[in-house]
Amino acid sequence: MADATPKPRPKPFSIPRQPMPEQPPQVRVGNFREVPFGLTPDLAILEATRCIQCKKPQCVPGCPVSVQIPEFIDLVAKGKFVEAARKIKETNALPAVCGRVCPQEEQCEKPCVLGKKGEPVAIGRLERFVADFERVTGNVVVPGIGAPTGKRVAVVGAGPAGLTVAGDLVQIGHDVTIFEALHKPGGVLMYGIPEFRLPKEIVQAEVEYIQKLGAKLECNAVIGKSITIDELLEEEGFDAVFVGTGAGLPYFMNIPGENLIGVYSANEYLTRANLMKAYLFPQSDTPLNKATNVAVVGGGNVAMDAARTAKRMGAEHVYLVYRRSKKEMPARVEEVHHAEEEGIEFHLLTNPITYHGDDESRVISVECQKMELGEPDASGRRRPVVIKGSEFKLAVDTVIVSIGNGANPLVPSTTPGLDTNKWGNILADQETGKTSKKGVFAGGDIVIGAATVILAMGAGRKAAAAMHEYLKTGAW
Amino acid sequence: MYPILETKEIAKNVFLQKVLAPRVAKKRKAGQFLVLRRTDDGERIPLTIVSSDAGEGSVTIIFQAVGKSTTEFARMKPGDSYLDVVGPLGLATHIEKFGTVVGIGGGIGTAPLLPIATAIKGAGNRLLSVVGARTKDLLILEDEMRAVSDEIVVTTDDGSYAKKGFVTTALQEFIDRGEKIGLCIAIGPVPMMRAVAEVTRPHGIKTMVSLNPIMVDATGMCGACRVTVGGTTKFVCVDGPEFDGHQVDFKELVMRNRAYLREEKTAMDRIEHKDGKCMDGAAVPAGGGN
Repeated sequence: MADATPKPRPKPFSIPRQPMPEQPPQVRVGNFREVPFGLTPDLAILEATRCIQCKKPQCVPGCPVSVQIPEFIDLVAKGKFVEAARKIKETNALPAVCGRVCPQEEQCEKPCVLGKKGEPVAIGRLERFVADFERVTGNVVVPGIGAPTGKRVAVVGAGPAGLTVAGDLVQIGHDVTIFEALHKPGGVLMYGIPEFRLPKEIVQAEVEYIQKLGAKLECNAVIGKSITIDELLEEEGFDAVFVGTGAGLPYFMNIPGENLIGVYSANEYLTRANLMKAYLFPQSDTPLNKATNVAVVGGGNVAMDAARTAKRMGAEHVYLVYRRSKKEMPARVEEVHHAEEEGIEFHLLTNPITYHGDDESRVISVECQKMELGEPDASGRRRPVVIKGSEFKLAVDTVIVSIGNGANPLVPSTTPGLDTNKWGNILADQETGKTSKKGVFAGGDIVIGAATVILAMGAGRKAAAAMHEYLKTGAW
Repeated sequence: MYPILETKEIAKNVFLQKVLAPRVAKKRKAGQFLVLRRTDDGERIPLTIVSSDAGEGSVTIIFQAVGKSTTEFARMKPGDSYLDVVGPLGLATHIEKFGTVVGIGGGIGTAPLLPIATAIKGAGNRLLSVVGARTKDLLILEDEMRAVSDEIVVTTDDGSYAKKGFVTTALQEFIDRGEKIGLCIAIGPVPMMRAVAEVTRPHGIKTMVSLNPIMVDATGMCGACRVTVGGTTKFVCVDGPEFDGHQVDFKELVMRNRAYLREEKTAMDRIEHKDGKCMDGAAVPAGGGN
């Protein structure tokens, strides 16, 4: 291990923000390994010494799960990496995941005082470093668990929201069972976010940690089909249920040719590539179309993931087709930057209108039209307006539609008394996760629509507290 | 793990398997399916549930060994286990008193038809059945279908057994003799279901077909199984598997089912090489065989 002895602290403002070493673009497009290597212990200590330990830290309120950021960074600066990891785990059961996929620039790092004049402390990179350090050095320990309460909780969906609820409640002493519809736990962390951005081994290690805390896990259980919520409450003896089933219903544009072979939803493309490991075909059984020219439609993080995956699957050209300009893209700046570095070709202010196929119904081109920005719309972003006569075709053999996901209807449609809004999202109190049905809580994408991992975890944290209160008092 | 209790070849390359999956066995209704996965590298294969025994916790499936995964499934014996069994999935068949119902099963399609036919008969309907196959060796479940039917016609395309001809010929005969058919339900190869829908269409006979497209998660998450029904895109896994046969875009379905023929051949070549002991798995070049 590198020298972990604290050195005399240099003046924080004199140290630049430490970059994470990463695979060069031309190398990483040829493999599915993680792009950044992470900080070294020396770099981590150096970065941690940049933190000026504010009396009133602005970073903590920026974190949806209120990680004790100055405290853990102080431990890093002192070389106490394992202790730092445990400090984070007091409020966040999935630090190795959050350190990788949280939009820190919008959350904890945004209000950092160092950012006012220079660059904020790299909180996310430090979180990732200590979580990895703890795991790789075999220092993960299970903290003390509360005395059994005798109360049983069912968590529906082993994604970020559900895992957080499970971790919190099992530590208090409740008897928790997580039900997962797919064959592996993790939800979007497994099927959606690619290996090169979030190694699946890390997801499974974080899930195993929650199992080590005492939570039970049952995969292949599709709540709403295999068992209903009512059966969980009435027949299987659960005292409360948390629904965190996510936004798993892919939207299409309903334009001609969308059902041609080679037109995928991002969910399908990424599920085949990530969960089913199509990049190992034929060692793995699930294939993907062999593609040379790929169009990805959309401008969010999922679109970036799909585009970068397509590149790694061997496509020569990957076009990102987005109807607004780069400024309006919902994707993280870092993801857009990585995509550009990897040679993704951006077609901005461009909207697909028709897909054309060959005589075997395989897609051969996408017809697009150019757009310009008009007045701001309801989202505050300038509305794209069609430029007449601007139609053109892109030759493609695969299209990945990545324009968002709706709420998965399996639970609401089979649970009498569970109210939803007109988009099918479960209605739940923002502070407590309480739904219209007694004993049933909900949080994450199934409530707020497709968002981020950490927002789902934040909702899980709040719901867990409210569930504990409900289990204690029985008051609804 | 989901242990196999029984494997039996019931026709040429057609296998019946009984698998322990208590949650599925307890909940399944006629018309629903499950998803199986054999190994950690395996694909998720949807198959219709033929019957179940809630007491024993078992479900019975019938499948044809046509691709890599189903060929490997067929080799699994009591003592082996599936890694994953998920279900029951899809909507159950809508069962009510229709009066006279014609149930048509073609080839392996007779397997999903049997539980539906049983439920339809159980609801007090008069059931006229047509069970067909290309040739005698491929005919399945004749006796089981006979047991629940008020009348049954068995056909083979090549005349090697029973009545020579297509299932549509037998259906046409029911119509011609003046049967008042409240519902026709047809399950089999896509060309057969399309042909049945064309026979019933001019007579305005409500016709349901059960579709078996390519699926991945089979819980509505990916859209691999989308099909156009009455001009609208549906997901077969959650909106189906049964649809109005007069509304289904069968041409699109046939095309979409051919999406991975090349890859399927690659995968089959791999296991055939392994069978021949000419090389081990690792020695087969990635993407080789084409």
